[in-house]
Amino acid sequence: MSAPTEPTPGTAVSPRALARKRRAEALGRFARDYARNRAGLFGLASLLTIGVLALTAPLFVDQAHLTITGAPGDGHQPPSAEFPLGTDNFGRSILDLIIWGARVSLTVGLLATFVSVTLGTLAGITAGHFGSSGGVGGRVVSSVIMRVTDWFLVLPTLVLAVALAAVLPRGTGTIVLAIGLTVWPPTARLVRAQTLAVEARPYVERARALGGGHAHVMGWHVLPNVMPVVLAQTTLLVATSIIAESTLAFLGMGDPTTISWGGILQAARTSGAISAGIWWYIVPPGLAIAVVALSFTLCGRAVESVINPRLRGGAG
Amino acid sequence: MSGLLDVRDLRVTYATGGGGIPAVRGVNLSLDRGDTLGVAGESGSGKSTVALALLRLLPSTARVTGDVLLEGENVLEMKWGRLRAVRWVGASVVFQGAMHSLNPVKRIGDQVAEPLLLHRTVKPDRVGARVTELLEQVGLPASRAQDHPHRLSGGQRQRVMIAMALACEPRLIIADEATTALDVMIQAQILALLRGLVEETGIGMLMISHDLSVLAATCDRVAVMYAGRIVEEGPARDVVHRPAHPYASALSAAFPKIGDPASRLAPRGLPGDPPDPADPPSGCVFRPRCAVAESVCATVDPPLWPVHSGADGHADRHAACVHVGPGSPSKESESVDPTGETSTEETSR
Repeated sequence: MSAPTEPTPGTAVSPRALARKRRAEALGRFARDYARNRAGLFGLASLLTIGVLALTAPLFVDQAHLTITGAPGDGHQPPSAEFPLGTDNFGRSILDLIIWGARVSLTVGLLATFVSVTLGTLAGITAGHFGSSGGVGGRVVSSVIMRVTDWFLVLPTLVLAVALAAVLPRGTGTIVLAIGLTVWPPTARLVRAQTLAVEARPYVERARALGGGHAHVMGWHVLPNVMPVVLAQTTLLVATSIIAESTLAFLGMGDPTTISWGGILQAARTSGAISAGIWWYIVPPGLAIAVVALSFTLCGRAVESVINPRLRGGAG
Repeated sequence: MSGLLDVRDLRVTYATGGGGIPAVRGVNLSLDRGDTLGVAGESGSGKSTVALALLRLLPSTARVTGDVLLEGENVLEMKWGRLRAVRWVGASVVFQGAMHSLNPVKRIGDQVAEPLLLHRTVKPDRVGARVTELLEQVGLPASRAQDHPHRLSGGQRQRVMIAMALACEPRLIIADEATTALDVMIQAQILALLRGLVEETGIGMLMISHDLSVLAATCDRVAVMYAGRIVEEGPARDVVHRPAHPYASALSAAFPKIGDPASRLAPRGLPGDPPDPADPPSGCVFRPRCAVAESVCATVDPPLWPVHSGADGHADRHAACVHVGPGSPSKESESVDPTGETSTEETSR
């Protein structure tokens, strides 16, 4: 394996080309290992499908048909050739609503995950770094951060998110913030633990010996080493965030002017679809949430099993 | 007097639950440009603690007193910013265990460039060229800069560590067990490399090892530490081949000599364990393990006395033993056998 990649002395294989080749090989290896995981492939395929549908929705969904006044059909029509998933109480196509709702659900889910992972990583690395190498003052900073984390951890997430969404002005940004601010503590704890493990390695001592400050150690040495944990946590958090978004929308905390899966569910409940037995109004958005959450989890586990060699044998 | 490095009465105490544990108890060292000084001693003798104390790299539980003058400037009294500037530019460290002193997720080139970028000793557009230069200086091809540490062998990684130590052209290099985990062939290569660098660039080197033969081959002077103190200090050849302190003598005799059947039949280690630093014995701390201890050793803790070797009488060697000092019980203090008269007779038989 190593012999053919070794540059023959004298002849010019530039180090850059060599590195590029190696990187391509590594990427190929990753793809092959990932492809061996069938559940991961299923997750990836369904995510790609949903992603493409959400991105290209304006091309085949007429936005005028999504308004109450421009509804193309009659209310509560069962599935038919014209409306594959039936219509809602205003006569809008439920399939169109679901496809359009994916845009909001995915956006909010990804943004909220980004906010919470960023917060959690920052808090975790800071607490871990100063706790292990900041002296007495550092330990104080570290425990203050961790006590704040604990405080957020013991507060019921949903109640806090509802309170935040109620206080802040309505809108997608508020939902993102409300979810982001409530689901970060587990990430912070995880990152802190990993940071403590990395800080004990000799190369961190070496970095300090060569004059590196706190920012250098945290950003250059610790962050790249906790990234695998952060990435695995991210894929799992996306599912959580999408569910949280749907929950908030279902509870009426969402932006009423946008269409999201949780919002469709809430509309179904308030219009009495449940008691009227109009199943095509309730089941599709619920399934959509479940499929997206499951797909992200499957992808996350597949990536984890490729990255972590210890999980490789059992996966598949 | 104001050499490159001047350590005066360095003491390090580790704070523990039940009071302090002295790890280093009054160490004096001095080193000039172009010189190499070896520090030897067994595990727990405080040699690594001394190395780390020089750049204030000890954990916050350690209390350090004394003076560490690096080019006349006291490291122990520096402000944080000045200390960071001195680290690596004034003095750099080649760490023990190169296997773990490199970040596994960063490329070799980036890690060698790390001190360059931190201290801005070269312009950013010159960094790549400087890294190539450094890698070539330690005998690694420039293409290695693109590799991650796991693609390198132990010896190659140690070379990377040395390249990194040289990056900012420091005046002093502290090599803390730099060759300990390497096999003997690689060790010889690394030692030759270090020796060559000292000769070429005129930097000072403080080399720390438990291996006297390594120090004898590399250093001009050697200091032997025992239980946090220097017990013998002098020219490397004299300390290794004609030790004056019984501990130094035991350390040098502990290496089996190839082709000497006597050393194979009667391997001469040192019985017993190093003293508990929290509760050292009275008088000379080496007394419980010393074969030539006398009653006076239980009360007197001898300071470093000059050893008058031969008739010329100039003392560039010091040892902390009552057998060496003025009014010593034994007049022939030139060399003391640690295992006593009996074992000498045994081996000569």
